[in-house]
Amino acid sequence: MISAVLFYVFAAILLVSAAMVVSSRNPVHSVLFLILAFFNAAALFLLAGAEFLAMILVIVYVGAVAVLFLFVVMMLDINFAELRSGYQRYLPVGLAVGAVLLTELAIVLGGWKVSPEAVTLRLSPRAAELHNTLQLGRLIYTDYIFLFQAAGLVLLVAMIGAIVLTLRDRTKSRHQNIAHQIARTPADTLELVDVPSRAGVASIGILRPKPAPQPEQAEASTGHAEGHH
Amino acid sequence: MIPASLVTFLGAFFATPAGILVLTVLKALAILAPLLTAVAYLTYAERKVLAAIQLRRGPNVVGPFGLLQPFADAIKMLLKETIIPAGANRVLFLLAPMLTFALAMLAWAVVPVADGWAIADINVGVLYLFAISSLGVYGIVIAGWASNSKYAFLGALRSAAQMVSYEVSMGFVLVSVLLCAGSLNLTEIVRAQQHVWFCFPLFPMFVVFFISTLAETNRAPFDIPEGESEIVAGFFVEYSSMAFGLFFLGEYANMILMSTMTSIMFLGGWYGPFGLLPQLGPFWLIVKICALLFVFIWVRGTFPRYRYDQLMRLGWKVFLPASLLWLVLTAGTLLAFGWLPRA
Repeated sequence: MISAVLFYVFAAILLVSAAMVVSSRNPVHSVLFLILAFFNAAALFLLAGAEFLAMILVIVYVGAVAVLFLFVVMMLDINFAELRSGYQRYLPVGLAVGAVLLTELAIVLGGWKVSPEAVTLRLSPRAAELHNTLQLGRLIYTDYIFLFQAAGLVLLVAMIGAIVLTLRDRTKSRHQNIAHQIARTPADTLELVDVPSRAGVASIGILRPKPAPQPEQAEASTGHAEGHH
Repeated sequence: MIPASLVTFLGAFFATPAGILVLTVLKALAILAPLLTAVAYLTYAERKVLAAIQLRRGPNVVGPFGLLQPFADAIKMLLKETIIPAGANRVLFLLAPMLTFALAMLAWAVVPVADGWAIADINVGVLYLFAISSLGVYGIVIAGWASNSKYAFLGALRSAAQMVSYEVSMGFVLVSVLLCAGSLNLTEIVRAQQHVWFCFPLFPMFVVFFISTLAETNRAPFDIPEGESEIVAGFFVEYSSMAFGLFFLGEYANMILMSTMTSIMFLGGWYGPFGLLPQLGPFWLIVKICALLFVFIWVRGTFPRYRYDQLMRLGWKVFLPASLLWLVLTAGTLLAFGWLPRA
């Protein structure tokens, strides 16, 4: 009884927050409602006995993906008036697309029939004595390891593609080369000079590189070349 | 003495749904009350230890040895005025500290303080802890955004990037521990360390994990989200009174939680060294937590703050490859010698 009540509570919050994602005016609020929706979906997974999926949903979607969403959306500078300006004009098109999709869905679902042979497949594949993390592990990493690896390779290709497309070799940025910096010794950077009194350092040598002589400076340097450092 | 009829009545009552609820609330209080006291005294310990490192005396005026200082601080904080900035998003501004504090408390539901002493001894305890600790970033990000202040926002952005980065290597470290323990249940993980604590075979991962917990709790030397020399106080710059107090409590409760997590994953939880005095159970866990908390404070007293790019480099270019390599090594070793735990 309690689980039924909980199911309706979580499902109701899930649906309401999903509606709020698309209808709230502030995009940051939208992302926060999305997070609430993820949470309630995780709770529904828990009620269905899929505790591993519930936790992974929270860790991956709420803990990582939605953080990045929030990160991006918070930094956007959105002009709401401009966004809503074409609302009247595009409304019929949007409604038409929605109507077509709804009809298609109705047609597909209307003719949906489960074949008698498939009924046995709908039985839960998990053995009752093993909890579902273990069972999922066996299925993914033992029974279907090659499919799993293939999926991983597809993701790897996508990742490499994203990196190749966005990587710019910024040679001008002054990144700190830490190994280089640690390898520095006092001898590379410091020079100890005995400066005689009233003589200054210019005659002995220089502690930092002199600026390259500019052309006009060379012309003007007849009078006061010793003046600047 | 308790009369026998009362015992039977209580036994019957605690078997009913209402009784189970009451029992769970009592268990939660049994964890949370000591926890909040520990948080209060952790602030005191931090001030004392930092003072000792810096050759000062620290709080010594309120009560004997300054022992009542945390309560004086708490009363001060409660009596101050809560200020909400004019441009702030009121609801989210107030939600953020509550979220931080609630998440810091929520994680304790699965922590086993002794064999079988956990409020919820669930199968996926490690994942639950990991999920809750990865949610901590929301309190900070929402606080930074809702404050409508550039310093708070910068602090929130830094924090989000930092916590997401270090979670990745923390995840890999946890996977190596799980490989050795063969279970996601925290009680089982501690039981697997009855003879050898995981900090010995997995020593490099222990170090990586501890440093990642420093970053995850926004503690020095990774406290750039609140780096006072650059962005005043970071994400909580606009907060005052109890709203600030909740952030403060949340941060220290998270420190204790992370130390507990490290003790459970690597230091054998409630087991004493060499199987010494097993009847002391929770006491051993508390000793380990205190030792780790001391290191937290010690690090704060002695290390300079990392620069943002150095922090990112450490997370992505050092810890991530190192933990990945160690994970493969662990899995390979366990498989080669047939040491994989049978579930």
